[in-house]
Amino acid sequence: MGGARAATREWWTQQPAPFRRWALPAGVIALGVLYPFYVDFLPGTFPGIGIAVVMLVFTMMALGLNIVVGYAGLLDLGYVAFYAAGAYVAAWLASLHFEDISFHFGSVGIDRDAPGIHISVWLVLLIAGLFTTVVGILIGLPTLRLRGDYLAIVTLGFGEIIPQVVRNADEPGIGFDLTHGTFGITPIDSAGFGSTLGAVGLPEVYRSATNRAELYYWTALALLLFTVFCSVRLRDSRLGRAWIAIREDETAAAAMGVPLMRTKTWSYAMGAFFGGIAGAFYAVFKSGAFPADFYFQFSVFLLCMVILGGMGSVWGVIVGALILSWLDREGLAKIGDFIGDVTGSDIDAPRYAFGIYGAIIVTMMLIRPAGLIPERRHRIELEEGVHDTPLYDVQHEGTLTDRDRTND
Amino acid sequence: MNAIGIVLLVLVGVWMVVNFVQGPSRFLTVVIIGLTNGSVYALIALGYTLVYGILQLINFAHGDVFALGGLLSATLILDLFGVGSGSSTGAIAVAVVGSLLVAVVFASILNSTVELVGYRRLRHAPRLAPLITAVGMSFILQNIGLYFWGPEYTVIDPLISTEPAFTIGEVEVQWDNLVVILLTIPLLLGLTWLVTSTKQGKAMRATSQDMAAAAMVGINVNRTISFTFALAGGLAGAAGLIYVLQFTTIRFDQGFQLGLIAFTAAVLGGIGNLAGAVVGALVIGFIEAFNEGLSWLSPGSDWTRSIVFGILIAVLVFRPEGILGERTPEGA
Repeated sequence: MGGARAATREWWTQQPAPFRRWALPAGVIALGVLYPFYVDFLPGTFPGIGIAVVMLVFTMMALGLNIVVGYAGLLDLGYVAFYAAGAYVAAWLASLHFEDISFHFGSVGIDRDAPGIHISVWLVLLIAGLFTTVVGILIGLPTLRLRGDYLAIVTLGFGEIIPQVVRNADEPGIGFDLTHGTFGITPIDSAGFGSTLGAVGLPEVYRSATNRAELYYWTALALLLFTVFCSVRLRDSRLGRAWIAIREDETAAAAMGVPLMRTKTWSYAMGAFFGGIAGAFYAVFKSGAFPADFYFQFSVFLLCMVILGGMGSVWGVIVGALILSWLDREGLAKIGDFIGDVTGSDIDAPRYAFGIYGAIIVTMMLIRPAGLIPERRHRIELEEGVHDTPLYDVQHEGTLTDRDRTND
Repeated sequence: MNAIGIVLLVLVGVWMVVNFVQGPSRFLTVVIIGLTNGSVYALIALGYTLVYGILQLINFAHGDVFALGGLLSATLILDLFGVGSGSSTGAIAVAVVGSLLVAVVFASILNSTVELVGYRRLRHAPRLAPLITAVGMSFILQNIGLYFWGPEYTVIDPLISTEPAFTIGEVEVQWDNLVVILLTIPLLLGLTWLVTSTKQGKAMRATSQDMAAAAMVGINVNRTISFTFALAGGLAGAAGLIYVLQFTTIRFDQGFQLGLIAFTAAVLGGIGNLAGAVVGALVIGFIEAFNEGLSWLSPGSDWTRSIVFGILIAVLVFRPEGILGERTPEGA
């Protein structure tokens, strides 16, 4: 065993650097792209395609939240607001909702004379991203100068206000039917490439295709890869390094010339952008935007993904998000049934889903605060203490604090 | 920015004056409802402020300690004392006082356990760590409530009559509102005495000012923090019982929502400031009651949550130190 392992390592180090760098990501992407073809041969614990789409969308949202929480260290407890904003942009711009207007632009699978605004779903995704970016900046500008925990509570406030506004903004509530109240807006137009691009083999309209779920799966995967790419590039960019500097020590970052407000606002805006796209895509996939989806617990659910995987670690967040969204969609029910079968008891595991997420959060923070797959830098930060550690621990005479060990 | 804040305040003032002129008796009835709600919020808000004052931590789990206290006292009233609206006044008084004591002790132990398990090890961690843990703790406590009490409302009989205790002019003060206020006032006075006049209170104030210096002069910091959490929890437990008496129903997930409102109150008054928490809670109680009870141009209960959180955001943006708080370098 030991010999084989050493030999494998030996072989690995001899491979050219580009291969070593890209082998794992390429393998994972290939596994992801081909998933619909081999899912039928996997045991039933693996998620079906419909659930996999949701998992990918949630992962995308978690990566967006990771930009705010993981990179910049700003606790956002109202991320669901961006999801809501994105979903409603999709609902406004690609549905029958606004009956008085008839506006078509690149929409597919819709009668030319149907009422409502019908813009191509691809364009709607972009518009949703930009719209939520603006929302993020508007929320961020007045609040981002607040200290971390106040910021958390303000974002939580927005996360509570926006769903209530959405629920109330109908004819009896504000005199104009903006969101159709608790019923939500449905149906939303399908994604698709239309007849011109359909001629070269791309699917014309997802909704009428026989492999609808697979098409949405690949689209979600493409969006996720785009998010991952942006996340990694942003992290290594000048802006990303400024975020990490702020996370580690705000005062020092400011002293080194990092413009705090602008940098923080950008992290908010970028996080919101991906949340908006993911929200809009999810609304298109579900063909509806419903206010019942936008509740506070969802923000914490996304936060739990980031914490489980490792704040700031792109790979970690992907793993954390896939695990938790699978648990949320079907894993808990399956595990509960399994335990129930073994022990003969009757456990309703999904009922306690949020207690379980809470327990995951607390356990991770206490035992492994850097997450399952820690980002290297963040782990150092957590292990060696932070700037506000006292130099000398008066409560235990003679004990040195973390700060003495780091020689700073 | 300040000009916008003042304009907003003036508009609220005009709105209240118009409502008062249109229906003075309705306005005053609403004031009493606001006072009642506000005193329940005050008990919860004090817990947030006590803990924030000492650890600079928003204890998100606090609202759920309140909910568990309320659920426990409802169960005690139903199953242990078995009183209903037909019971004699004596039996009801025994049940209320008994449940109050049990709920207070239970919530104290629960809250200091939360601190011991969740927050103590993270005292030197980055600030976000205990905050995130607090969110997780809140969910755990909620699900403990869900496990033991189920997803339905726990309902008790109305124990205190809604007959008017006395009337001022046309305005009736009902017994149930009066009892809530009468139960709250001694608790608030007791707390003030404890914090300002006892050795333990002095230790708490010292610890909140400077933990290291407090330890140097011989204060057991860990014990003081545990005591603070116990005290905050006790107030939440009492609030739980009072809430159940007033509204007769409680459910496992109500604590979070009420906790957030109470936290808003604490921030509004100036977090870390005890008198501020009470003032803020009363203001929030009034605003909520005005919004739901007044006739002229009031948005109604559909918008209550948005208004309360709107206030929270406005306070944090315009005056982060709150009504009574002092501006600290960290406050902004």
